[in-house]
Parts: sequence; structure tokens; C-alpha cells
Amino acid sequence: MGKYILKRALYIIPTYIVLTILVYVILSFSPGDPVLASLGANATQEQIAQKTAELGLDKPLPVRYLSYMSGFLQGDMGKSWISGNRISVEFSARIGNTLLLLLYSLILTIVLGTFMGVIAAVKQNSITDNVTMVIAMLMLSIPAFFLGLIMQLIFCMRLKMLPVTGAESFRHFILPSIVLAASRVAGQVRMTRSSMLDVIGQDYIRTARAKGASEVRVICYHALRNGLLPAITNIGNNIGGIVSGAVTVETIFAVPGIGSMLVNAVRTADIPGVMGPLIFIALLVCVVNVLIDLLYAFIDPRVRKQLSK
Amino acid sequence: MSKKKVKEMEEMAAQANMSQMGLIWHRFKKNKLAVIGLIALCVLILVCFTSPIYLNYEKVITQDLLNAYKSPSRDHILGTDMYGRDLLARMLYGGIYSLGSGLIVVAAALVLGVLFGSIAGYFGGKIDTIIMRFIDIFMAIPALLMTMTLVVVFGQSIYSLWLAMIITQFPGLARVVRASIMTIRDSEYVDAARIYGAPVGKILIKHILPNGIGPVVVSATMMLGSVILTIAGLGFLGIGIASPTPEWGTILSEVKDYIRYYPYLGIIPGVAIGISVLCINFVGDGIRDALDPRTKK
Repeated sequence: MGKYILKRALYIIPTYIVLTILVYVILSFSPGDPVLASLGANATQEQIAQKTAELGLDKPLPVRYLSYMSGFLQGDMGKSWISGNRISVEFSARIGNTLLLLLYSLILTIVLGTFMGVIAAVKQNSITDNVTMVIAMLMLSIPAFFLGLIMQLIFCMRLKMLPVTGAESFRHFILPSIVLAASRVAGQVRMTRSSMLDVIGQDYIRTARAKGASEVRVICYHALRNGLLPAITNIGNNIGGIVSGAVTVETIFAVPGIGSMLVNAVRTADIPGVMGPLIFIALLVCVVNVLIDLLYAFIDPRVRKQLSK
Repeated sequence: MSKKKVKEMEEMAAQANMSQMGLIWHRFKKNKLAVIGLIALCVLILVCFTSPIYLNYEKVITQDLLNAYKSPSRDHILGTDMYGRDLLARMLYGGIYSLGSGLIVVAAALVLGVLFGSIAGYFGGKIDTIIMRFIDIFMAIPALLMTMTLVVVFGQSIYSLWLAMIITQFPGLARVVRASIMTIRDSEYVDAARIYGAPVGKILIKHILPNGIGPVVVSATMMLGSVILTIAGLGFLGIGIASPTPEWGTILSEVKDYIRYYPYLGIIPGVAIGISVLCINFVGDGIRDALDPRTKK
């Protein structure tokens, strides 16, 4: 088991290195010129040369990549081309909000998605099943930014129940988390439903029923334990989507997180402002996927047994 | 014999004479939501794409501040926005940009996905490992973020948006194509074609692809929905198709500060996106069930 964990954890490193190289190379082809951006159009040749050396842009690409990454690992993401401020200062002030938003909506997605999926599977082909699946499909199809605007309109402006924007208290996170979870729930519902249907058709479920176990016990104890396995792997697929969704949701609700920071950087073509959050998010996605793998191995006794051999 | 049984037998007799495609179409037709979705989608595409014939583009972008914020009336069926532009005209042209961009991106992603996926799936070995490793790494970055990054690099325009979307979307399809081809490439009839001396290209195009294309079509349909959502989302964030070009997400982003007082301005583009994507997803679901009858039973 320990060996497996170590192997999976070590696998992140090469993937992450290639990933960061890819991001760095792609972004270094961007047309913007940081030297002219910070000096203005009528800078002298000398000033330009000096600034270029100061930013390290006279060095070849591999050297620049290595110095960027060694800085990144020490918590330095370089300076903004636009404002000249350190990216890491803004980043560390914002990251907490984004992680909270991700956590709340992930919990909401899992709880709601599992609940709806199990209900749909247990009542297969009934009206409840059809209605649940249509609701899931509806949530998948409504654009998150539209849902966000409508909810803002209803709950914040008309009913005045919740704050419109910001991230000061838990109340500020309620609407953003719901909107973010809504677009991800559909996948979770489908996954849970189909894997529960597979399990419910198995022999051991029939055995449990034949032995006189109550329907609640059959579903909640026997079926759910195995039916949830694929649904858990789906969380790994979800994390990328949730992070993407957070970008939009943070912008609508003006949550000061790294998503809205990224959007601003993209709009102004501020390359260091794009690079820092992106390379961090790539790390987050890699780590979460490995954690899900490990969780999967931990929960499924068949996988666990295979590993301990 | 009960009526139900007679009906079942008639059904079986009818199906016995059908081709594979006919059978799939027959099963698709039975799914009411999918059929409604397909019809609605066709109508929507037809109405939007023919709008340049009877609508001048001038009407879409010319501002008329005296007529701003007009509620829906006979002159302006969907009313006018804060610049006095007719919302119906903007929505119709917007449909060309939203739906058209989606179709272009998915078509191009499909071509690239089939190309790389079938090479990886058919040849296997080293080529497969290289292509798939690259795709794995590429997909580790969330698609929306990768698209945004590429838009920065290419510069903001509708073409760079298309290019960025194609690059981020095709790896997913390539995976599906590869998986689908790997299940078929070792079947006996493919071996027979190989022994017969058919060239690789012909084996792939004539023998393998037609049988493995099912899951790919389903994925591409579902992808169309998510691509339209992403393009609209980028338009809303101000990174996609730029105003005053009337893409649906861009329209929504233009009016977002006025929704509080004129809700219809936001509801119309939002609902248009939602309904289009919903229809596409219903169709995708319908095709999935029609291809694999076991999923419904």
C-alpha cells in the first residue's frame, strides 16, 4: 500500500514538469512586450536594453523557465507587467476565497448529485426518475452566468435576502456555491444513477432481498457502498470543470479569488498574471486526481487486496 | 394472443427488414424529447442562418438612442436594448455567431480527433503512447483556462477563439475515437481485410470507422452543447467574441448592468442559449440510447 501511494505521488512530478513547460512555452509566444509596456513608447534604446536585462528577457527560454519555476516553488510568481506589483501578494490574498468556493460547491455537488442519482436509480423508469433526469439536464444546459444573474436578481435585489457581491462571510458564498454546483451536478447524477443501476442488478442484492433485508437497508447498506465507487472517480473529472466554472462565478459575484484575477490578467494580456494562477491550478488538479486515485484504492476492497499482495 | 404481444411481434418483423442506420433512426424516433429537440434545433438554425436574407446587418449594430429600452411591441417584437438596437435582430444574427461557432469548432475538432485518435488506436505501440501522453498532459489543464490562455497568445479575435477552442476540444474526441477503434481493430473481419491486402487508410475509413463512430457521434453532440456554453461564457467574460458583434453571451454581458430594471434584456439571450443547449443535449441523449438499446432497459 505504502509503495503504491509513493508511486502515484511520484508520478505527479514528471507530469507536472511537462505541463509547466507547455504552459510556459505557449505563454512566451504571446505578442505583448513587457519592456515597452512598462517604459512607454518613447523609451531610449539604452533604457530598453537595461529593462530587458532587468526582466531577464535577454536570456534563452530554458534558462528563463528554470528561473521562473525555482522562483515559483519559493512562492515568487514574478511581477505584473501592468501594475508592477508582485503577483504572489495578490495571489495569496485571493486563494483562500477560491478554495472555500471550490470546497462548498464540491460538497454540494456530491451530496445533491448522489442523492438525486440514487433516487433516480431506485425508482428507475418512473416519473420520479424522468423528472430527476430532466432537471439534471436542465442544470447542465443553463449557462452558469445566466443562472447567476437571475439568482442575483431574485435573491439579492428583489427579496434582499443575500448580499450581491463580495466574500466577507458565509452568506456571501451561498449563491456562488449553488450556481457553481448546479452546472456540475448533472454529471454526478448520471454517473451515480448508471452505476447504482448496475449494482442493483447484481446477484448479491437479490440475495440480500431474499434474506429479508428491508429495502432501505438493501439500498443504503449493500448497494450504495459499491454504487458510489464510479461516482467518486467522477469527482476527479469534475475538479477541472469546477475550477473552470469558478472563473465565471467569481466574476459574476465579484468574489475576490484567483479566477477573477485570471480573467483580469487575460483581458489585459498580463502574462505573469496568467502564468502564476494557471501553474498553481495545474498543480491543484494533478494533486486532487492522485488523491482520488488513492481514495478509490482505499475504499474498494478488491483494489486494496490487489495492492497489498 | 394479447394485443400487446401482437404489437411486439409486428415491431420485430418491421425491425428485421431494417438496415443498421434504419434501426437506429427507428429507435431514435421513439424518444419524444430527442425528436422535439432535433426539430427545435433545426428550426432555430434555419431561422438564424437565413436572417441575413431578410435582415440588414446595419439594423443589428446601428444605435438609435431615442428608441432605447422599448418594451416588446409590434415594431420591435423583443424590444430594444440600451442603445436602441432591435433585440430580435441582434438575437437572430447572434444565433449565427453562437451556433455557427459551435458547429465550426466541433466539426474541426472532429476531423482532428478522428485523425489522431485513429492513428493512436490503430497502430498502438510507441505512436499511441506519444500521442496519448501528450493528450493526457494537455487535458490536465481545465479546458476553459487553456482556451483563455491560448486566446491571450493568439490575440483576441473570433478566429483565434475558434482556433483555441479547437485545440482544447479535439484531445477529448481523440480519446473516444482511440478507445472505440481499439475494440474493433482486432476483429476478424478487419483481419480479413488486412490479409486481403487492403491499404491501412482504406481499412480505417471503410471498415473500422463506420462501426466505431457511434460513441464518437454521441461525444461530439454533447461537445457541441458545451462548446456553445463555453463560447457564450467567454463572450460574457469579455474574452470571447467582442461587442458589438452580437454573440448571445456577448449580448448578455452588454446588458448585465441593466437587467435589474429591464429583466427581459437578459432573459431573452440567456433562455436562447439554455434552450439551444438543452435541445442539443436531448438529441445527444437520444442518439446514445438509439445506438445502445441496453441503456434504457
